[in-house]
Amino acid sequence: MPDIALTGPRGPKPKKRFSRANIFLYGTLIMVSMYYLLPLYVMIVTSLKGMPEIRLGNVFGPPLEVTFEPWVKAWSEACTGLDCTGLSKGFWNSVQILIPSVTLSIAIASLNGYALSHWKFKGSEVFFTILILGAFIPYQTMLYPIVIMLREIGLMGDLWGLVLVHTVFGMPILTLLFRNYFASIPEELFKAARVDGAGFWRIYFQIMLPMALPIFVVAIILQVTGIWNDFLFGVIYTKPATYPMTVQLNNIVNSVQGIKEYNVNMAATLLTGLVPLVIYFASGKLFVRGIAAGAVKG
Amino acid sequence: MAVVEDGTLNSAKGAKRPIRLFRNPMAKIASIPMILTAMVVFVGGTVWTIVHSFTGSRLLPKLNWVGFDQYERLWDTPRWLISISNLALYGICSLILTLTIGFILAALLDRKIRFESAFRTIFLYPFALSFVVTGLAWQWILNPDFGLQSLVQGWGWESFQFDPLNNPDIVMFGLLIAGIWQGSGLIMCIMLAGLRGIDEDIWKAARVDGIGTVKTYVRIIIPMMRPVFITSLVLIASGIIKLYDLVVAQTNGGPGISSEVPAKYVINYMFQAQNLGQGFAASTMMLCSVIIILIPWAYLEFGGRKNA
Amino acid sequence: MKLTTKLLAATAIVSASAASAVELEVTHWWTSGGEAAAVAKFAEAWNAAGNTWVDGAIAGSGGTARPIIISRILGGDPMGATQLNHGRQAEELIEAGMMLDLTDVAEAGGWADIVNPSSLLDSCTLDGRIYCVPVNIHSAQWLWLSHEAYEKAGQPVPSDWNEFVASAPALTEAGIVPLAMGQQGWQQNLAFGAITIAVAGTDAWREVTLNKNADVARGPEYTAVFEAVADARELARESNVQDWNQATNMVITGMAGAQLMGDWAQGEFSVAGQVEGEDYSCLPGLGLNEILDTGGDAFYFPANDDPEITAAQKELAALLISPEVQVSFNLAKGSLPVRGDIDMAAANGCMQKGLGILADGGVLPSGDQALSADTQTQIEDLMAEFWSGDMPAADAQARYADLIAAAD
Repeated sequence: MPDIALTGPRGPKPKKRFSRANIFLYGTLIMVSMYYLLPLYVMIVTSLKGMPEIRLGNVFGPPLEVTFEPWVKAWSEACTGLDCTGLSKGFWNSVQILIPSVTLSIAIASLNGYALSHWKFKGSEVFFTILILGAFIPYQTMLYPIVIMLREIGLMGDLWGLVLVHTVFGMPILTLLFRNYFASIPEELFKAARVDGAGFWRIYFQIMLPMALPIFVVAIILQVTGIWNDFLFGVIYTKPATYPMTVQLNNIVNSVQGIKEYNVNMAATLLTGLVPLVIYFASGKLFVRGIAAGAVKG
Repeated sequence: MAVVEDGTLNSAKGAKRPIRLFRNPMAKIASIPMILTAMVVFVGGTVWTIVHSFTGSRLLPKLNWVGFDQYERLWDTPRWLISISNLALYGICSLILTLTIGFILAALLDRKIRFESAFRTIFLYPFALSFVVTGLAWQWILNPDFGLQSLVQGWGWESFQFDPLNNPDIVMFGLLIAGIWQGSGLIMCIMLAGLRGIDEDIWKAARVDGIGTVKTYVRIIIPMMRPVFITSLVLIASGIIKLYDLVVAQTNGGPGISSEVPAKYVINYMFQAQNLGQGFAASTMMLCSVIIILIPWAYLEFGGRKNA
Repeated sequence: MKLTTKLLAATAIVSASAASAVELEVTHWWTSGGEAAAVAKFAEAWNAAGNTWVDGAIAGSGGTARPIIISRILGGDPMGATQLNHGRQAEELIEAGMMLDLTDVAEAGGWADIVNPSSLLDSCTLDGRIYCVPVNIHSAQWLWLSHEAYEKAGQPVPSDWNEFVASAPALTEAGIVPLAMGQQGWQQNLAFGAITIAVAGTDAWREVTLNKNADVARGPEYTAVFEAVADARELARESNVQDWNQATNMVITGMAGAQLMGDWAQGEFSVAGQVEGEDYSCLPGLGLNEILDTGGDAFYFPANDDPEITAAQKELAALLISPEVQVSFNLAKGSLPVRGDIDMAAANGCMQKGLGILADGGVLPSGDQALSADTQTQIEDLMAEFWSGDMPAADAQARYADLIAAAD
């Protein structure tokens, strides 16, 4: 994986500001930008329209009369069966899943990475290779065995069961991330600490952790977006009371009573995408590094 | 990707310690979660699934051996064959289009333009969104009565027909539009990083030699970016196999079974049809296809390195 | 809907403070308007008895919900009670000892005498023990017709399937979709089943579905069926909706002429305030063959270690089949009660027709009871492919016969 620290452009310099090539260049970029921005725009305008306006049929027109009713409905009133609490329950479930999953997976993976970089033992590389290969195994192959494992430890359907699943499937990429980062920390530093009599844990907490702050941020971004956006594990390893937001979203959108309320659906969709979007816009370049690393996970 | 093998790791090698098992015990304790994950979940789970794919397990896993029956039935099932060919079509198109779009966008952004970071933000933001969100958004835009089709018809082109989500022949392209929208920004970023890693002297030399811009990209830059392309290829390919959420949210396999994919077949047969053996056989086939993709890559990546 | 929810929430709060209250989580996939109104009747009755109904609705259809329900039971995290279509879906779970034996409740309530037809109880029975409570009878062979659509087209409302097919061109001319069809395999399979019983008759149907006779499935009766379905496919070409209730909504709003759907569609018409005979008509057995299958929903109670919960489960089982609950639930749902001994005078015309057929004994077992989930899924896949594409009727018939031959 190339380092995504984006330095200055390397391409040939365009000659004049208003050359034909320049107009073509910016024209293309603006056209392409429209393709990327279109869905976001359509989701926002649809979510602000009332149903009568939607039935008129212009998806792309701005709302004639702005209403926040769909947002309120999506958040707190939309129904799945008798349960009309909207997405809010799914949101809090997702938060409850997210916080322990992110904490646990990063804590474990950073320790693993640290052990693998400075405290290698016989067989550690073998386990590591298996772990990395595991990232490529289709999840479908492991879905059912995990049902059995969760049942054996009594966590099936529990939020903690899902936390465990996220920790397990986040481990390959996070371990890789931390291992490479810790390996880049100068050997001398580590040896000096050893000479001073510092052990495994002291070196980890006093030397490695403070130096690893940037990689922790990357790992957090990676895990938060990945876990928030998960659907497959959420739908299989939880029950209705503990459904994460993505599953709840799919339920609300596909639980039609009479006519499809497209405006509520779009508001719900936007609400679900809000958390990763905020993280994306707030974290800037760090996000790029995070997802580039995480893309291995798929 | 390529980081797997870089980073020289020679830390605790020099020191001598008497008993192997008790050498740095803390590191071993700290590695227990990793070892459990690798051995129990990844290896154990996979082996368990493969073993049970040779049984007639229905609702509950049982060890009643049926040989290759599940596989014979699998390859005789039209829905599986459609799933495979859908995935192949989606995979090839997505691979080519994502690489092309990613590279072209990266090259455009690399031309010392203004507002580079604004454009980059726009191209990449879909990647922050889940496939469920992506699928629902595009389902709405491609809705024939309200979306793109009715817009173009409203412009006066009455006979315009673009209804991929209700037309079995082109439904995979409806998914493709959404999938590329979601994933191409990432490849653009990786490509951009690759371009930034190329020495500026190359451009200077090319200019001195009078080689045109496009030609420089095709003849010089792209061959130099081979590792970046391979990384992107593996990223896209491993994502394609897992294609599931997008299909469930956008088309749910329809119309009919024309947009079914293998991952969905596995889950449907495992849980809905209550035929675990069939689901296990299908997931084992998915595993095989991943191995088929991984082996050449590993060969290129690691085998090639030794000769270099 | 909202009012009921508030009422429910209120009763839940009241009953939660009662000392002996037991919370039972009940999972089901009744999420359409009419269905939700019906399940609320169960919840009200249960809460009124001083307990708490924790609603575990799972959206989608049975196909989405069943895997979730089953994997939770298998995963050792059972709910208090769950809806499942009775039949073969729960067989293995019962064999594995994961379902509560309700035989004592059934004997105390005299279920053997009151359940009509008795085949419903048979499909809850395994090795002489009873494991589920049937709560309603659903039949799939109904044609629902929109009066508004036929007014627009200037045609009389058809009285059977053949007249409907004949009237289709006039509907198309008036810009109306003749046949509303949700694009999901189970709905297309349901339509296939309904047309089969109407066109091929019950003997051929029994031979194929119950005895798995592939020769009959290859025979001329079924050729006629597949040709009729291929014709119906053309009538439904312009119907793009997914969910069954969206398709019903097309009939309600006069956008479509008719829909082939089970009697639960009745609930949607009631919720929309439509009157049978004025706004819509229903034809059991498609008006050709007045025979209904007797599928339906049943509740199973996963085995539990907690004696308090087990007692509550048995209490709920008895409640679900009690006369008052049967009446209120089935009126809301549009389904037929499982008891032959209660007064359904409040039922509307369509349900009365159904009750009449039931009383005359014009019943068939449902496909759920005859075919395994595996075979059902394969047939649904075939139907999904057949309805949405251009597969020739003969090919579909050949593949159908192969599936029947391989069925267990």
